[in-house]
Amino acid sequence: MIGADLYTALPEITLALFAMAALMVGVYGGKDKLAEPILWATAAVMVLLGLFAGSKGLEAQTAFNGMYIADTFAHFSKMIILFSAAVVLVMGQSYMVARGLLRFEYPILIALSVVGMMLMVSSGDLMALYMGLELQSLALYVVATMNRDSARSTEAGLKYFILGALASGLLLYGASLTYGYSGTTLFAGIITTISDDGMSVGLLMGLAFMLAGLAFKVSAVPFHMWTPDVYEGAPTPVTAFFATAPKVAAMALIARVVHDGFGVVPGDWSQIIALLALASIFGGAVAAIGQRNNKRLMAYSSISHMGFALVGLAAGTAQGVQGMLVYMAIYVTMNIGVFAFILTMSRDGKPVTDIDSLRQYSKAEPLRALALLVLMFSLAGVPPLVGFFGKFYVLWAAVQAGLTWLAVGGVVASVIGAFYYLRIVYYMYFGAESEPLDTVRAPVQATLLVASAAIMVLGVINLFGVEGAAALAANALVK
Amino acid sequence: MLNLLSIITFTPAIAAAILAIFLRGDEEAAQNNAKWVALVATLATFAASLILLVGFDPQDTGFQFVEEHDWIMGFTYKMGVDGISILFVMLTTFLMPITIGACWNVTHRVKDYMIAFLLLETLMIGVFTALDLVLFYLFFEAGLIPMFLIIGIWGGKDRIYAAFKFFLYTFLGSVLMLVAMIAMYVDAGTTDIPTLLQHQFSTEAFSLAGWQIIGGMQTLLWLAFFASFAVKMPMWPVHTWLPDAHVQAPTAGSVILAAVLLKMGGYGFLRFSLPMFPVASDIFAPLVLWLSAIAIVYTSLVALMQEDMKKLIAYSSVAHMGFVTMGIFAANQQGLDGAIFQMISHGFISGALFLAVGVIYDRMHTREIVAYGGLINRMPVYAAVFLLFTMANVGLPGTSGFVGEFLTFMGVFQVNTWVAFFAATGVILSAGYALWLFRRVVMGELIKEALKGIKDMDRREKLLIAPLAAMTLILGVYPALVTDIIGPSVTAMVDGHNLALQAHEAASQLAQN
Repeated sequence: MIGADLYTALPEITLALFAMAALMVGVYGGKDKLAEPILWATAAVMVLLGLFAGSKGLEAQTAFNGMYIADTFAHFSKMIILFSAAVVLVMGQSYMVARGLLRFEYPILIALSVVGMMLMVSSGDLMALYMGLELQSLALYVVATMNRDSARSTEAGLKYFILGALASGLLLYGASLTYGYSGTTLFAGIITTISDDGMSVGLLMGLAFMLAGLAFKVSAVPFHMWTPDVYEGAPTPVTAFFATAPKVAAMALIARVVHDGFGVVPGDWSQIIALLALASIFGGAVAAIGQRNNKRLMAYSSISHMGFALVGLAAGTAQGVQGMLVYMAIYVTMNIGVFAFILTMSRDGKPVTDIDSLRQYSKAEPLRALALLVLMFSLAGVPPLVGFFGKFYVLWAAVQAGLTWLAVGGVVASVIGAFYYLRIVYYMYFGAESEPLDTVRAPVQATLLVASAAIMVLGVINLFGVEGAAALAANALVK
Repeated sequence: MLNLLSIITFTPAIAAAILAIFLRGDEEAAQNNAKWVALVATLATFAASLILLVGFDPQDTGFQFVEEHDWIMGFTYKMGVDGISILFVMLTTFLMPITIGACWNVTHRVKDYMIAFLLLETLMIGVFTALDLVLFYLFFEAGLIPMFLIIGIWGGKDRIYAAFKFFLYTFLGSVLMLVAMIAMYVDAGTTDIPTLLQHQFSTEAFSLAGWQIIGGMQTLLWLAFFASFAVKMPMWPVHTWLPDAHVQAPTAGSVILAAVLLKMGGYGFLRFSLPMFPVASDIFAPLVLWLSAIAIVYTSLVALMQEDMKKLIAYSSVAHMGFVTMGIFAANQQGLDGAIFQMISHGFISGALFLAVGVIYDRMHTREIVAYGGLINRMPVYAAVFLLFTMANVGLPGTSGFVGEFLTFMGVFQVNTWVAFFAATGVILSAGYALWLFRRVVMGELIKEALKGIKDMDRREKLLIAPLAAMTLILGVYPALVTDIIGPSVTAMVDGHNLALQAHEAASQLAQN
C-alpha cells in the first residue's frame, strides 16, 4: 500500500531527493564552484519530470488516504511549472554568474520551492495544501534575498516574508475554521459535508479567509502590495521566477480548493473571485501607467494578468478552468520572453531597468526589438497574437456563466493596460534618441525572447494543442 | 481556384515575410528592392482579385468562393465574398499599388515601411472576406498594429500623440464589440457569419439596473457593435481621432486610412448591425440618421475654418461618411446602394486628394493653406487634377461623388425628410470649403517667393493619380458598374430586413392581444 502511494507521488519525491543530494554534494564538494553543474542538473531533472508528468495517463490516482491527488489537472499544471522553472533557471544563469550571485544554494532552493508547488497542485487536503504552500514560500523568501549585499534585495525578501507570513496566518485561520465546521481536512470530506448539511456561516468565513491567503500568493488586488517591491528588489532571474511558476501553482491551487472543496456551492465563491478579478485587472492597469521601471511595470502587468486568469475561475465552470489554464500557459510563455529580454538590458555592464533606456532600441537590435514588440502587443491582448486568445477564453467562460459585467469591465481595463505596453513599443521605435544600451551577446536570452515571440505569432494556427490538453485537465477537476 | 480568397488575402503577407527574412542592408539598392517587391506583390494581388471579380456571379446573393477549415475552439477559418463585400476587396487591392507608389520617395526605414503596408493589406482584405466572427475580429483589430507603427514611425511632428489616440480610441470601441461577439457565440452556439445572419437574437425587453431595455439583447449587441463601427467610421461625435491621425500620418498612410480603413466601419454596419439586429437597427435608425445629419453639417462647418489642408480633407471625410451612415440606416434599396457606392467613390476621391496634398507637401514641406496660392501658374496639370477631385468631392454630376450622395438622399428622403433637408445644406457647405480651398491654393497670382521654383507633377505622380481620376469619371457616368454587382445582394438584404421587422411587428401585436 505504502509502496503504491510512494509511486504515485514519485515526481515530488524524486525532485526532493535530488535537492537533498545536490545539497550534500554542494556542501561537501566544492560549494559555489559546483553551482553551475548543479543548476544545469536541476534544470535537466525538472524537464525530465515534466515529461514524466506529461506521459501519465488520464486516470486520476490518489495517495496517502486522499491527501495527494494525481489527476490530469495536476499533471498539466506540473508540466507548466516544471518547464517554466527549468527555463528560468537556465535563462538567469549567465546573469547570476556575471554578477557573482550564483551560489550553489540557488538551484537547490528553486528545486525545493518547485517541490512545494507540485505538492500544492496535487493537494487533496488542507494539511497537504499548507505544507506545499509553506515549502514553496520559505524557499522563495530566501531566494528573494539572494543578493545579500544589496539593501533592496534584502528589503524585498523581508517584506515578502512578513507579508507572506501574514497571508499564511489568514490561510491557516480559514483552514482551521473550515476544519472546525466540517470536521475534516480532506477536500472530499468538506464537499460531502456541504452537500449534506449545506453551507454554514463558519465554512463561508473559512472559505473567505482561505481565498484571502491564496489571493496574496497570486498577488490579486487588494493583496498585491508586496509585488512591485519584491519584483524590483529581487535579482532579475529571481523576479522572472516569481512571475512564472509560483503564479501558476497558486492559481491552480485556488482552482483546486474551490472546485474540490467547495465545488457544490459555486455561487458562494465565484462572487469573491469575480471581485478580486475585477479589482486586479483595474488596479494593475491603472497603477502601471506611472511606472518607469521595467520590473515594477511587469509586476503590475502580472497583477492585471492574474485578474484575467481569475475571471476564468470566477465562471465556476469547466470552461472557466480550461480558460484559466490556457491563460496561464500563455502568460508564462510571454513572461519568459519579456524577462529574457530584461536580463539582457545593461549599460556599461550594469543592469538597467528603466524603460527610458529603450529609446530607439529598434535601431541597435532590430530583431530583438521586433520580438519585444510582438510580446508587448500580445500582453496587451491585441489579436492575432496568442495573448488575445487567452483573454478570449476567460471572457467566453465568464459570459457563458452570466458574468457579462465582469467581461465588460475586463475589456475596458485592458484598453487602459494597452497604454503602457504601447509605450514600450513607442520608446523602442519612435522615441527620441538617448544613450543606447550595451550590445550584449546573450545567445540563450535572445533565443528565448525570439522563440517566445514566435510562439505568440504562430500559435494563432492551433495554439500548439494547449487547448485540448487544458480541456482534459479542466474536466478532470470539475465534475 | 478553391483557395483564391486565401491567395488574395495572404499574398501581401508572404511578400512581407520574404522581405523580412531575405532583405538585408539599408543602402539604396536594398531600399529599391523593397519597394519593387512590395509593388509587384500588390500588383499580383490586384491581378488575382480581378480573377475574383470575373468569376463572381452578381445574381447569386449568397457567399461565393467560400473556403472553410477547422480552427481552434470550434471557430472556423472561413472566407467568402458576396455582393456587399467584393467591391471592398477590389477597392483595397486597387489602391494598394498606388499607395506603395506614393511612398517611393521615402528613405527612412524603407523595408519596415513596406512590410507594414503589406501586412496591413492582408489584414484589410481579411476583414472584408472573413466569414467567422472571431476571424473577422482578428483581422479588424490586428490592422491597428501596422497603422500604429506607420503613424508613429513615419508620421509628422505630433505623431506620438496621434498614434496613441488612434490606437486607444479604436481599441476601446472594438473591445466592447468583442464582448458582444462572445455573447452572440454563447447565444447562437456558433461564430459562423452565414449561420448568424439566419439566427434571430432575442428582442424581448428586460430590465437592467432599473432601466427597461427595449429590444432586449439585440439592443445591447447593436450598441456594442455601434461603439466599434462608429469610432472606426468615424461618426460625430467620436470622430476626433481622425483629423489627428490624418494630419500626422505620412501621405501613403493617410491614403489608406481614408480610402480603406474608414470603410471597415461602414462594412461592419452592413455585415452585422443591419442584418443581424434588424429590430435594434430600426429602433436606433432615427438616432443614427440625426447623428449623420449633424456630422454632415457640423464637420463641413469645421472644415471651412481649417488652416491645414490635410485636416480639411479629414473633416470632409467625416462629412462624407455621414452620407454613408445615413444611407445604411435608411435601410432601403437606394440608401444602401448609395452608401456602398459612396464608400467606393470616397475611396478614390479622398485617396486622390491626400495624394494631391502629398504632391505639394513633398515639394514645400508644409500643409498650411496660407503657404500656397497661385499654383496654377507653375503647375497646370496639378491644377487640373486638383480641380477634378475638388469637384468630385463636392459631388458634381458626372463624377462618382454625385451618384453616392444622390442615391443616399433618395433613400433617406423616403424615411425622414428633415434629415434629408439638413444633410442637403451640408452639400452646399462642402462646395464652400472645397472650392475655397481650391481658390486659396491653386488660383490667383503666384506671389510667394518660395513657390516660384515649384515644379509640376512628375511622371510617377501622374501615373499614380491617373487610375483614380479614371475611376472617378467612369463611375460618375456609368454607375451601373457598381450597382449591378451590389444590387441583388442589397435587394436581398433589404427584403430580409423588412421581413424581420414585419415578423417582429406581428409577434409584438400577438403578444398585446
